Amino acid sequence: MSRLRRVLGILVDALREIFDESAYARFLNRQQVQSSRLSYAAFLREQETAKARRLKCC
Amino acid sequence: MSKLLRSLIWLVVMILGALAVAIIALHRGEQINAMWLVVAACCTYAMAYRFYSKFIAAKLLALDVLRATPAERLNNGRDFVPTNKWVVFGHHFAAIAGPGPLVGPVLAAQFGYLPGTLWILAGAVFGGCVQDFVILLFSVRRDGKSLTKMAHEEIGPLGGFVAYLAIIGIIVILLGVCALVVVNALKGSPWGTFTIVMTIPIALLMGVYLRRLRPGKVLETSLLGFILVMLAIWGGQWVSQSLTLGRWFTLAAPTLAIVIMVYGFAASAVPVWLLLAPRDYLSTFVKLGTIAMLACGIVVLHPALHMPPLTRFTDGTGPIFAGKIFPFAFITIACGAISGFHSLISSGTTPKLIRREGEIRMVGYGAMLAESMVAIMSTSAACVFYRGIYFAINSPAGIVGAAPDAAAATIGSWGFPVTAAEMHSLAQAVGEQTLFNRTGGAPAFAVGMAHIFSHSLGSAAMAIWYHFAIMFEALFILTVLDAGTRVGRFMIQDALGHIWKPLGRTSWYPSILATSGLMVGAWGYFLWQGVKDPLGGINSLWPLFGISNQLLATVALCVATTIIVKMGKSRYVAVTLIPLTWLVSVTFTAAWQKIFDPNPRIGFLSHARQLASAAAMPPGVARLIFNDRLDATVTGVLIVMVALILLESVFLWWKLASGRSQASVREAPFVPTRFALEGE
Repeated sequence: MSRLRRVLGILVDALREIFDESAYARFLNRQQVQSSRLSYAAFLREQETAKARRLKCC
Repeated sequence: MSKLLRSLIWLVVMILGALAVAIIALHRGEQINAMWLVVAACCTYAMAYRFYSKFIAAKLLALDVLRATPAERLNNGRDFVPTNKWVVFGHHFAAIAGPGPLVGPVLAAQFGYLPGTLWILAGAVFGGCVQDFVILLFSVRRDGKSLTKMAHEEIGPLGGFVAYLAIIGIIVILLGVCALVVVNALKGSPWGTFTIVMTIPIALLMGVYLRRLRPGKVLETSLLGFILVMLAIWGGQWVSQSLTLGRWFTLAAPTLAIVIMVYGFAASAVPVWLLLAPRDYLSTFVKLGTIAMLACGIVVLHPALHMPPLTRFTDGTGPIFAGKIFPFAFITIACGAISGFHSLISSGTTPKLIRREGEIRMVGYGAMLAESMVAIMSTSAACVFYRGIYFAINSPAGIVGAAPDAAAATIGSWGFPVTAAEMHSLAQAVGEQTLFNRTGGAPAFAVGMAHIFSHSLGSAAMAIWYHFAIMFEALFILTVLDAGTRVGRFMIQDALGHIWKPLGRTSWYPSILATSGLMVGAWGYFLWQGVKDPLGGINSLWPLFGISNQLLATVALCVATTIIVKMGKSRYVAVTLIPLTWLVSVTFTAAWQKIFDPNPRIGFLSHARQLASAAAMPPGVARLIFNDRLDATVTGVLIVMVALILLESVFLWWKLASGRSQASVREAPFVPTRFALEGE
């Protein structure tokens, strides 16, 4: 049971990393701010250049 | 587990894998089951991962679990973040898995299932996985540097410059071909077009929802987007049956091409958060779910393969694309076996997340094995329907004729029986007006996927599954298109910024508009050429895409081989040198044939000559002649650029081997890791 929970935990973590939720959590932690429209907008601004330059594979 | 038991298990895996490959390769006459492909792939991949990748990790690369990675040394909580290996694996797989391994194997199935399957297995194990693995490690050892930077530093300034130019050229061709696949999938299909059009407001809504209502809740937003897309698919049926709406969404190929170009331009110019990021999230969400569903569907249904192991088109007279197995099967499969684009990901975001060097093997080698498995599933999906149907869907009107009866008669004369009535009832079952001449691979894959889903998941709703598959492919491809246009725009801006500074500013709107227009104009030209081509465009453009993609892999393997020689590991250089030699022979032969072959269906120049020699030149032929010459020039330029990198590399290897030059690798200095005591 605990192994299954661990596998599910890793799956959720992977999805959160793929979908940038973890990156947002790290941003909040780094900036010492709460989640809000303003902080998410700031996060997106920070991400913008990096994300926009990320090539999608064929 | 005792050593003896482990050895016995691996012996069983080896025997089972060998048996499966033997059945695939030697079975003639009766159909074989798709499960043999899956078994062969699973056993081959397990053996390759356990033994070959371990050999590379231990002997060639000497992965050092005590060495700190850039994620640890340069941890900034942003780009450089030490991350759990399974999380990085998921991240890397989501980034490398694109539409190529879905479409390429479908097109290559015109040779039968055997050549494609063998190349996917061998190419991935000895080529693609090796490339991804070694480039990932070399980038990790160089603070996460990009491929072009490594080419510049390790081979020379010419190598770096040529790699940069080659990447822009390759992106342009890739985007043109991707757009053509979408156009061919959606032309004359109101249901599919409606669904895809609806993904734009859905993505905009997701963008606003994410930014205003639930900041940062991407998974939740993607789930909402997915539900809305499913509703759009369901609503598409109603739209296709409505006289008025059905007419609005029934678009011809040229109209669709223009719409896609306008979309590409808009996606490149609007803020990322509004359209690009939400569509990207939605696409990834759908992609991961669908690949998992398809794998389950094939295992549950384990369908028989109706395609023979080899067809008569191994002689090079194939209707989908002309050319013999060597080199064209390898060029066509492309990403399912080895993809140059992966080297950009392996030297992009992934090396900045790796926590320990020991985990690189699983991420670099393992994720490419998973991608190769997707290509095996695609081969299965392409070969499950009757061969006559496969050729009816994929053959262009210029080869088999536009009238259903004429097309069926031509395909029947090749020994692949099919009737117009059969095709009509299949088209009705999937909610389309016709399935004849639906070139590009996407519709054939969608029919195969719909067949697998509708039979294995206990529902007969072929039409819904077909349009789900079309939506999945188009969404996937459009994501590549909008991200690629933007990346190309940035690369052009970087270059133009050296000439006049304001042009390099990524926030200056005149520059954004000009460079977006330049990029869309470049790939749009190839798209337009494909749309207007009487042979459907795939015959000329897919090989061009395959050649350019494999050329990028050639550049990556050149960089890898150079670093290996500099590391003093020349005795293991065959690990990258053999796939490099193979790729050079494949790509250079394919390029030579595409430019100079006397058969007008293969050679661009002979096709141009054939058109020019006609007594009366109908309108539009001059443009076709120009296109042929342009394609020949583009192929030639790409080949010359890669030949320059190759020559520079070989010269460097010779200098190092003969002692004329001292080897100096540009690795970051060794720093011990804090994670050394953690278990594997």
